[in-house]
Amino acid sequence: MISRTRHQLEFIGELVSLTFQTLKASLSRPFYWLRLLEQIVELGQRSLSITIVIGFIMGLVMTLQFGYGLAKFGGTLYVPAIVSLSLIREMAPIFTSLLVAGRIGSGIAAEIGAMNVTQQIDAIRALGTSPVRVLVVPRMVAAMLTLPLLGILATFVGIIGGAIIARSEFDIAYGFYVNKVLATIQLHDVFSCYIKCMFFAFIITLFACWRGFNTKEGTRGVGEAATWVVVRSSIVILISDFFLSKALILLFD
Amino acid sequence: MEEILRVKNLKKTFGEKTIHHAINFTLHKSETIGLLGNSGTGKSVLLRCLIGLETMDDGEVWLGKERIDLLKEEAMFKIRTRISYAFQSGALFDSLNVYENIAYPLREHLKLTHKEEEARVSEMLKLVRIGESGELFPSDLSGGMQKRAGLARAMVLYPEIILYDEPTAGLDPVNVENVLEIMRAFKAKGTAGIFVTHDIIAAKKVCDRLLIVDSGRIVFEGTVKQFEESTNDIVKNFQSTH
Ligand SMILES: Nc1ncnc2c1ncn2[C@@H]1O[C@H](COP(=O)(O)OP(=O)(O)OP(=O)(O)O)[C@@H](O)[C@H]1O
Ligand SMILES: [Mg+2]
Repeated sequence: MISRTRHQLEFIGELVSLTFQTLKASLSRPFYWLRLLEQIVELGQRSLSITIVIGFIMGLVMTLQFGYGLAKFGGTLYVPAIVSLSLIREMAPIFTSLLVAGRIGSGIAAEIGAMNVTQQIDAIRALGTSPVRVLVVPRMVAAMLTLPLLGILATFVGIIGGAIIARSEFDIAYGFYVNKVLATIQLHDVFSCYIKCMFFAFIITLFACWRGFNTKEGTRGVGEAATWVVVRSSIVILISDFFLSKALILLFD
Repeated sequence: MEEILRVKNLKKTFGEKTIHHAINFTLHKSETIGLLGNSGTGKSVLLRCLIGLETMDDGEVWLGKERIDLLKEEAMFKIRTRISYAFQSGALFDSLNVYENIAYPLREHLKLTHKEEEARVSEMLKLVRIGESGELFPSDLSGGMQKRAGLARAMVLYPEIILYDEPTAGLDPVNVENVLEIMRAFKAKGTAGIFVTHDIIAAKKVCDRLLIVDSGRIVFEGTVKQFEESTNDIVKNFQSTH
């Protein structure tokens, strides 16, 4: 029990230390612009289509559920507002981030883990360069820049999906739908989505990089690292979402 | 002869296990010393300690007049351009092709023009005899070629000292000769080297002095001639088993 607590504390200590190293490295030269660009492209390529699909389906399903649910109370007209608000505040940031945790987080952990067991991380150091600067900074910055945009995109596509279902199932005209959405969503909702996605991107890449650097010998270790990241970062995303939501509501509502 | 590296009482433990008790030796300019020892005696660990990839528990490492074992990681970056480490496995970056692997330290540490960079990389490629393979990725190379590409990357900054971690292990005789030839070429430029190996025959061909590590200490140190004529039990035992 005591040793487990100690392990947990050490783990948190190492995450904090990695965060500081990353911060320090991202604010000083050399900054690897090309590597950052590569990472953004890679992240975008790997998650763009799936984000669109997920966003669209979320819009469809939520509109369907809220539509029939609210119809019982004659509240169908509130569907655009409720759907768009839940999308931008919760569903889009959470689902996009969980998705990215699965695809990008596990990928980073496996990639860095494989580099670690084949001594490529040591080689980066032995050649007089910093693994944090070369590997962590571009991945973390890329994710923190890209994930919020993906979150917004998912919301946007979700709203389109919602409009289609609202029209076909509940006879809500597109014009009315769009007007309602525009009247509901405030700038701070966009901001809230942005902040959440950025924070989740930070968590995913931090966990993934840490786990990669701590991968033990063998290819089995690499697979385990990938799974570990998905599970751990998903839990942390879900828990921290509650507190972030609370904080953002206190701040704006 | 000018002394460029001195190791004093280096101690290294992993948890309860002491790998090195007290390692002492010196390395001179343009000298190659052979570091012999059985598998698992901590030869790789010793090399890693020298360039700070591994922290040591006690002792000192001096590069010329500068003590380097207490330096912070960031300060070691500069030192590692002067002492380079050729990994046992090559440790090439598999996301980069051979050319980019060799150019990596150049791009990080020197401001060369595109032309200069190309000239330096192709010089190295030619030296390690993989002149035509610059475009290939590490996964497309044979083990021997990977090792030589790793050597080229470790040498491209013209370091003062090169730490060779079993550069000939697992190679066929022709490749072994190639690697020894590369080591001689750098020695001729005035580069010092520490050659970690099990291969006594190869070590005798390029080393000025031989050291044997056993149980965390240097148990023999002498010229190749002294090694051959030694009556020391450990040396004799080592000669007969390798
Ligand atoms: N990070 C580590 N943690 C714990 N023990 C380690 C670590 N690295 C190396 N060791 C141990 O240190 C000892 C020496 O390892 P090292 O790789 O230096 O041996 P070596 O002399 O290079 O052997 P070989 O000739 O097989 O390469 C081994 O027993 C190894 O298990
Ligand atoms: Mg070794």
